[in-house]
Amino acid sequence: MKLLEIKSLNKSFNTKEILKDVNLSISSGKIVGLLGKNGAGKTTLIKLINDLLTPTSGEIIIKGNKVGVETKKVVSYLPERTYLNKQMKVSEVIEYFKDFYKDFDDEKAKKLLEDLDLDIEEHLTKMSKGMQEKVQLVLVMSRKADLYILDEPLGGVDPATRDYILDTILSNFNENASVIISTHLISDIERILDEVIFIDKGKIILQSDADKLRNKEKSSIDEIFRRMFKC
Amino acid sequence: MEFPFDNNIPIYIQLLEYMKIYLISGVFKSGEKLPSVREFSNTFKVNPNTMQKALAELESMNLIYTERTNGKYVTKDEKLIEKLKDEYAITLAKSYFQGMKRIGLGKADSIKYLERIDE
Repeated sequence: MKLLEIKSLNKSFNTKEILKDVNLSISSGKIVGLLGKNGAGKTTLIKLINDLLTPTSGEIIIKGNKVGVETKKVVSYLPERTYLNKQMKVSEVIEYFKDFYKDFDDEKAKKLLEDLDLDIEEHLTKMSKGMQEKVQLVLVMSRKADLYILDEPLGGVDPATRDYILDTILSNFNENASVIISTHLISDIERILDEVIFIDKGKIILQSDADKLRNKEKSSIDEIFRRMFKC
Repeated sequence: MEFPFDNNIPIYIQLLEYMKIYLISGVFKSGEKLPSVREFSNTFKVNPNTMQKALAELESMNLIYTERTNGKYVTKDEKLIEKLKDEYAITLAKSYFQGMKRIGLGKADSIKYLERIDE
């Protein structure tokens, strides 16, 4: 059974078509890059998968269920922008996640935060943007979910932290889960990807095994992407 | 240790190269048990599926084998490792001579240059 299946998905805002006839399927145990320029429709697609938007037509099925309450239990989502209450301490946010998600492993979260030298008694407001992003990623990766969806996880962080984030993703995803990473910073992440999906102007242009694509085109995913979407 | 990868070449092929050098240089000796896929992928910082693919390739070349439920081992056939080493050395030597040829030096001259270098 496919982990995620999207069939003839369309999404419009008023008369503007954001996603056009999207068909996708993702199996378990994969790290998938959702790659596209700004405004290509990445975040809209991700919000639909997380049931935060309603499709105009088409359907999204996760582990046999249509998106909704059941699928939210198995999807761990890192949004582009934080939704955490910044007045909270990290330790309070951990409690909050523990209450909210049955699959949240607070011991694991505490350990990862410790590895990152982050003080759990600190308030989020006192932390830099990069530190807040790390906290959020740790929370998301500390759930034992079937599908992790990370929307631009590398946005505002320095190269050293970027490496740490990639390591964290690699060492914390289990064989039965899949990870979808949306980004336009392709060269930084392409090494860890199994599969790539190119999205442009609301359409899926390509879905392929990363190494097969490199072999076929004799160049990096980054290079292929640049050639395909030259402005 | 950092393992650089060239994003222009399939990652599993580059992993295969790293692994071959490990076997040739005896980091993992004939008959020795190999770390798990997970451990390897953490070391190389690559996707476990890609690591698995590289190991499967090594296995199809008979350089390693899987003992049921027990993990993967380096082949007991030392001749196979010797052969791999020989092939690898030939490739390196060829690429040296090719480079020298490009700047107009023949085999005899190239060998003289090798002798002039004391490590």
